[in-house]
Amino acid sequence: MSEFFAMGGHGFYIWVSYGVTALFMITEVIAVIRGKRTVEKRLARLARTLSRSE
Amino acid sequence: MALKDSIAWYHFAAPKNFYPLAGKMIPWFWGLTIVLLLVGLYLSFFVAPTDYKQGESYRIIFIHVPAAWMSMLIYLVMATYAIIGLAWKVRLADMMASALAPTGAMFTFLALWTGAFWGKPTWGTYWVWDARLTSELILLFLYIGFISLQSAIDDPRRAAKASSLLAIVGVINLPIIYFSVQWWNTLHQGASVSPTMAPKMATIMLTAMLIMTVAFWMYTIAIVLMRVRRIILERERQTTWVMELLGDETVGEKDGRK
Repeated sequence: MSEFFAMGGHGFYIWVSYGVTALFMITEVIAVIRGKRTVEKRLARLARTLSRSE
Repeated sequence: MALKDSIAWYHFAAPKNFYPLAGKMIPWFWGLTIVLLLVGLYLSFFVAPTDYKQGESYRIIFIHVPAAWMSMLIYLVMATYAIIGLAWKVRLADMMASALAPTGAMFTFLALWTGAFWGKPTWGTYWVWDARLTSELILLFLYIGFISLQSAIDDPRRAAKASSLLAIVGVINLPIIYFSVQWWNTLHQGASVSPTMAPKMATIMLTAMLIMTVAFWMYTIAIVLMRVRRIILERERQTTWVMELLGDETVGEKDGRK
């Protein structure tokens, strides 16, 4: 197991590459989901205010 | 047939109709992404043998090459949407271009990042100013320029026009990146895979790389469809269909049906 993570002495380079790639992709997914929810909430509030004022 | 196709094309070019279609497509692309990533990573780490020259560090190419390909492919698609948006005033095309840019920038950065961490054990340096690396860095600046230009201009139509022009002019950089290893004497090696030559790598390595590429591709489609749905809502917020869509959700929340 530790031999696998050592990657023949190149473990650092490999895991920094794969780790940062995974981190970026996961962060992007979370950011996009959150961004859409924020917009939905804001626009829903707007729709509510408009329908009340009618 | 041709007429029917063109009607479908016009139908889904309307943000109102594209929004629910994108929503239906997203889970499928996520499913494909996960399956392909699992298979690709398994092949990359457990099936592909150690490279006789580079040792284990070559395994970085299983994400480096796909990320670099995606960085160029996304730019090409983005510029195509920019042309469609400029020439035919298709609003959805402008929205797609905006939705593609952040993911394109991310893959460009990752191509540079993984390249640096492959270069260190292989070349002995994280970075050199050779033509391939420099032109890829320029690609990152083009994406960043596109994104900042859009956020700097308030009027969405003018923002789309300015950023589309930048995207189209920037296309000139793509052949420079692609052919840089042939045109100049670069430290970066020549193409490992090219349409005209037999691949210089083992079949299993090539298979793993191609599966990872398709996985990144599916990821891009899924995330871009999600992002374009947000952009559609924002830019169409004054339309009745968005008001009704979100108004309904508000009613649902009140009734506790959510």
